[in-house]
Amino acid sequence: MSETFERYFVPQPSKFPILGAAALLLFGSGAAMWVNKVGAGPWIFFCGIAILIYMLFGWFGQVVRESEGGLYGRQVGKSFRWSMGWFIFSEVMFFAAFFGALFYVRVLALPALSTGENEALLWQGFSGAWPSSGPRVADAFTPMGAWGIPAINTLILLSSGATLTWAHYGLLKGKRSQLKLGLLVTILLGAIFLSLQAYEYTHAYAELNLRLDSGIYGSTFYLLTGFHGLHVTVGAIMLTVMLFRSIAGHFTPEHHFGFEAAAWYWHFVDVVWLFLFVVVYWL
Amino acid sequence: MTALTHDRIGAHPPHEHAHGPTGLMRWVTTTNHKDIGTMYLIFSFIMFLSGGVMALTIRAELFKPGLQVVEPEFFNQLTTMHGLVMVFGAIMPAFVGFANWMIPLMIGASDMAFARMNNWSFWLLPPAAILLLGSFFVPGGATAAGWTLYAPLSVQMGMGMDLAIFAIHIMGVSSIMGAINIVVTILNMRAPGMNMMRMPLFCWTWLITAYLLIAVMPVLAGAVTMILTDRHFGTSFFNAAGGGDPVMYQHIFWFFGHPEVYIMILPAFGIVSQIIPTFSRKPLFGYASMVYATASIAILSFTVWAHHMFTTGMPAVGQLFFMYATMLIAVPTGVKVFNWVATMWRGSLSFETPMLWATGFIFVFTMGGFTGLICAIAPIDIQLQDTYYVVAHFHYVLVAGSLFALFAGAYYWLPKWTGHMPNEFIGKLHFWCSMVFFNITFFPMHFLGLAGMPRRIPDYALQFADFNAMASIGAFGFGLSQLIFLVAVVKCIRGGKQAAAQSWEGAEGLEWTVPSPAPHHTFEDAPVLART
Ligand code: HEM
Ligand SMILES: [Cu+2]
Repeated sequence: MSETFERYFVPQPSKFPILGAAALLLFGSGAAMWVNKVGAGPWIFFCGIAILIYMLFGWFGQVVRESEGGLYGRQVGKSFRWSMGWFIFSEVMFFAAFFGALFYVRVLALPALSTGENEALLWQGFSGAWPSSGPRVADAFTPMGAWGIPAINTLILLSSGATLTWAHYGLLKGKRSQLKLGLLVTILLGAIFLSLQAYEYTHAYAELNLRLDSGIYGSTFYLLTGFHGLHVTVGAIMLTVMLFRSIAGHFTPEHHFGFEAAAWYWHFVDVVWLFLFVVVYWL
Repeated sequence: MTALTHDRIGAHPPHEHAHGPTGLMRWVTTTNHKDIGTMYLIFSFIMFLSGGVMALTIRAELFKPGLQVVEPEFFNQLTTMHGLVMVFGAIMPAFVGFANWMIPLMIGASDMAFARMNNWSFWLLPPAAILLLGSFFVPGGATAAGWTLYAPLSVQMGMGMDLAIFAIHIMGVSSIMGAINIVVTILNMRAPGMNMMRMPLFCWTWLITAYLLIAVMPVLAGAVTMILTDRHFGTSFFNAAGGGDPVMYQHIFWFFGHPEVYIMILPAFGIVSQIIPTFSRKPLFGYASMVYATASIAILSFTVWAHHMFTTGMPAVGQLFFMYATMLIAVPTGVKVFNWVATMWRGSLSFETPMLWATGFIFVFTMGGFTGLICAIAPIDIQLQDTYYVVAHFHYVLVAGSLFALFAGAYYWLPKWTGHMPNEFIGKLHFWCSMVFFNITFFPMHFLGLAGMPRRIPDYALQFADFNAMASIGAFGFGLSQLIFLVAVVKCIRGGKQAAAQSWEGAEGLEWTVPSPAPHHTFEDAPVLART
């Protein structure tokens, strides 16, 4: 039998999906109750999260075992690659919605609010210049500058991309310690990035009076950087798993899709940051 | 496309599924694409009935002028939930059910690429349905902002709105995973020799649909997330006082929304393109042009969204651009209709139930396409927007388009699913009742809209009374007719004429080479396709 005729791996029945469904049911209903200040909300919400974490551990654990057990042939590997690519594409489109919103308010909404009838009748004296919290949000705020922490963070993320690639070379050449060291440094850089980001948020709230409710500037600033930060967190968790797997002796130079997927994700998060740096902080 | 044969059938005895749980747990834990497809289909039919009950309540209220049956607030909840349930609960999952059942059979794959994730995609839907339908029972009731959830209304609703938002998030996760699964299955799991341009058209349309889903479901997720943060966390995305813009919501929503309508119709095109050649006993006319037409519809669908917004404020150049871009889409759609008719031309036609539905589809869907073109003309649409004319348009494309194609496909593949032929008399009765009552319901809505009756309104001026009464009578007839479908399916599962592997005389394709009913596991070893 040639390669192409090898049977495709179809998993046995599994309890994890239904656990995941239950988790999201609790997650969704709990969150809806929580934001409406129904007492049980947070409890239900965190129950959902807990089940979700348990499910993800179990499910991915099983995938890792199956992978290391050699159940996945070449064709399955190809499926994984395709799917990760399409998943990242869906993430790109998610960010596109928020970048689109930022673009829309800067290019269309604010100019419209500050000219013509709107300016004459509704919002007199409103200049519409970016950064803006809109005509009626009272508190003045200072926008976040680009050349402090954000610039440093850009350097950090870019170098983390390089260290990750260095780790990948290590893996390809069978230099396991280079692999582990590279991963470790990448994760640390990610952690530094996140801490700086957290510091930046506290600074913004404490000193700049830049808040989530600072009009449209605060909305776009926090949602874009916040969702990006969430993705960095997820990426760092993925890389940490890969580090532990490397320590446990997983991955071969030919066969290491898990590592690759995490690396693709990390690079995607990197690229999103570059766009963020340019349009949210700089311009 | 012709002479697909393979020599591996029966090489392996049908698997006993000795392993794995039985009873309810079998369905809960299954990784089998046929089981999962069946669950999708049953789920969507249940949602179809619940959305149908809402629709009938709406029509009961509109039977005559004045307020009789429900409060206006509840009426608005009903129109909103009817739309959401039908779009996300009935039509979309039903097509995913077809994809699950048929795509592996059509391309000679042993299952979907990610069988476990496939199960999760399905089992996320019941929780989403619970959140959505449960929202009727929370204080303030379900969201009443319209299925489009326009800001600022959606920023003001009660807890029902939050439940709807999370339901949409969960359904989005389900759709994206389902779509990734389908794309990967089609790209990576085709049997050797099943090259792309030999694939059945249903697979092509689903490949492109799945691409659209992956591209736009995240955008919808972003839009409802912004609503959520505007509602509870003080952001100002859709609040002009904070520098945002409610119209921006419409742009983001319709950037999702227009591709979404193609998500609901492209698989229907695929089903019809399987059925027409079978009962014309001729290969599909213009296979390649069908593929290209589908692809161009998908690409163009990203450039037309603001035709839903001609009256919400747009510069004239914008109106012109979106008007012409929209009309451009009618070209590939026309190519498709032409090809179906050309396939039938000089075929040896027979009109068994599936063909009846497919032919009916061509007639009524095309009318919906034409009214779409009329709506696309900006100066006309300024009169028509938010009237019953639009309601008529999208029911012609969604009910007579998507739903009729779903019925066509169900009757067509029931033999493969159950091993029995569906009863022709019941199937035809279902078709004729649906066809007649559908038109009684929705045709008068064109006149109502042209005369200026607004949509989403529980009461209306006296001059609209006659056509509304007619539409309500038709709606109840249509609703009852759907019970015939239930009878047809149950009877077909219970028994009936034994179906051959090739259940319909002219049916071609790999799915007709496996026995009927299809064994639990098929194509565990890839079939070998004859060269063409
Ligand atoms: C030739 C093809 C089509 C054209 C030119 C077209 C055009 C349009 C236009 C211009 C509108 C906006 C009308 C208004 O709000 O004033 C509209 C609404 C709508 N169309 Fe189509 N359409 C086409 C096909 C379809 C298909 C295939 C579907 C779904 C299967 C569909 C579903 C809808 C829906 C659901 C709405 C109303 C949305 C709402 O406001 O709630 N259309 N169409
Ligand atoms: Cu549209």
